[in-house]
Amino acid sequence: MKIFVVIFALLLFFGTTAQTHVFKPLPYAYDALEPYIDAKTMEIHYTKHHRGYYDKFMAAIKGNHHLESLSLPEIMARMNEFPAAVRNNGGGFWNHEFFWESMTPGGSAIPEGALKNRINAQFGSMEKFIEEFKNAGLSIFGSGWVWLIQEKGALKIVTTPNQDNPLMNVPAGTVNPLLALDVWEHAYYLKHQNKRAAYIDDFFKVIDWIAVSKRFNEKL
Amino acid sequence: MKKLEILPEFRLDFPYNLPTLDYEYSVLEPHIDARTMEIHHTKHHQAYVDNLNKALGDDALISKPLLHLFDKADKLAPAVRNNGGGHYNHSLFWKILKINNGSKPEGDLMKHITQSFGGFEEFRDEFGKAAASRFGSGWAWLSIDEENNLFISSTPNQDNPLMNVAEKRGYPILGLDVWEHAYYLHYQNRRPDYIKAFWDIVNWSEVEKRYLSIIK
Repeated sequence: MKIFVVIFALLLFFGTTAQTHVFKPLPYAYDALEPYIDAKTMEIHYTKHHRGYYDKFMAAIKGNHHLESLSLPEIMARMNEFPAAVRNNGGGFWNHEFFWESMTPGGSAIPEGALKNRINAQFGSMEKFIEEFKNAGLSIFGSGWVWLIQEKGALKIVTTPNQDNPLMNVPAGTVNPLLALDVWEHAYYLKHQNKRAAYIDDFFKVIDWIAVSKRFNEKL
Repeated sequence: MKKLEILPEFRLDFPYNLPTLDYEYSVLEPHIDARTMEIHHTKHHQAYVDNLNKALGDDALISKPLLHLFDKADKLAPAVRNNGGGHYNHSLFWKILKINNGSKPEGDLMKHITQSFGGFEEFRDEFGKAAASRFGSGWAWLSIDEENNLFISSTPNQDNPLMNVAEKRGYPILGLDVWEHAYYLHYQNRRPDYIKAFWDIVNWSEVEKRYLSIIK
């Protein structure tokens, strides 16, 4: 009997406890990605835009026990059930953290191994992959993101509008994002203005391919 | 839409050209800085014009006025819809900007705004909310519908209320660009400050002229 009470209490506890969503520190200094991404852009992007999405996301789920009990990936998988404020700000919160963690000062070369082999096999070469990813970034009209993902055993380059991402409204575990590029104008306007192509070229100088390779899952 | 031919932009046709501004890039300072105006006009608007001309491969589209194409926006190639919208929207936008020294609309337009929204302040609040709440890139509009009602709306990207994809269709008489490129150099993330500054640079006499030509 006692054991059931304990289990019941545990279920009650974990079933209703709010998830903690942490606004993580930026993994490097604002000026660490210079001269490719300028310090002022990084600071505003992180402290105003990213922080704004986080704060508005927290406000949007506050008081909603169902939403408060779910992790962000769980929310994204069922995003169609939730209001636009959850979608826009939850997406903005998640996307930016993933974006920061896709870059490192000076960039890192892609390590020998499974991801590099897969890119070569599927796109022909790193150069061809870069060209295709860049074209996808240029093709987005308005605000959005370009992604390299794993889905159904293949690498894919996809784009999403606004703060949507490829994890939204798909069952958890079916899509594995590897790399993300923010092409909202706020990501590059102070330094590059209308020249999005130059911004994308600069982004390729700071990609953390070691981190990206670690995200690759050979079993998918 | 029945009154397209009344709109000054009805004359826009192929090959499309970048309109010249009838003021200097710096005249809207400090509300909109000269550099933003110059890049906005010579780079962004120019790109919409160039890409529209490039996208209009086929004669049937080339021979029609741009505003007639908006009637079938859902069937247009994305490049035609996006760049055609960008060309029209910016052509209107440049015309309705002027330092106004705190002036307000007058006469019939002011009466109509007061009737429709409860007052000029209420109108500004509602328009500001439409501009602030547009997530991502887009525009806020004041338009007149076919029954001569004024209404406020917002559209994503370079869509506009003339397009058949708009939630509510009408003839725009006032538009505010809330793409980040319209304000980022000066205001960065502070879109609400840009929206507030907009009320100092609305050319109300141009808006009234457009209002009267459509409503009559």
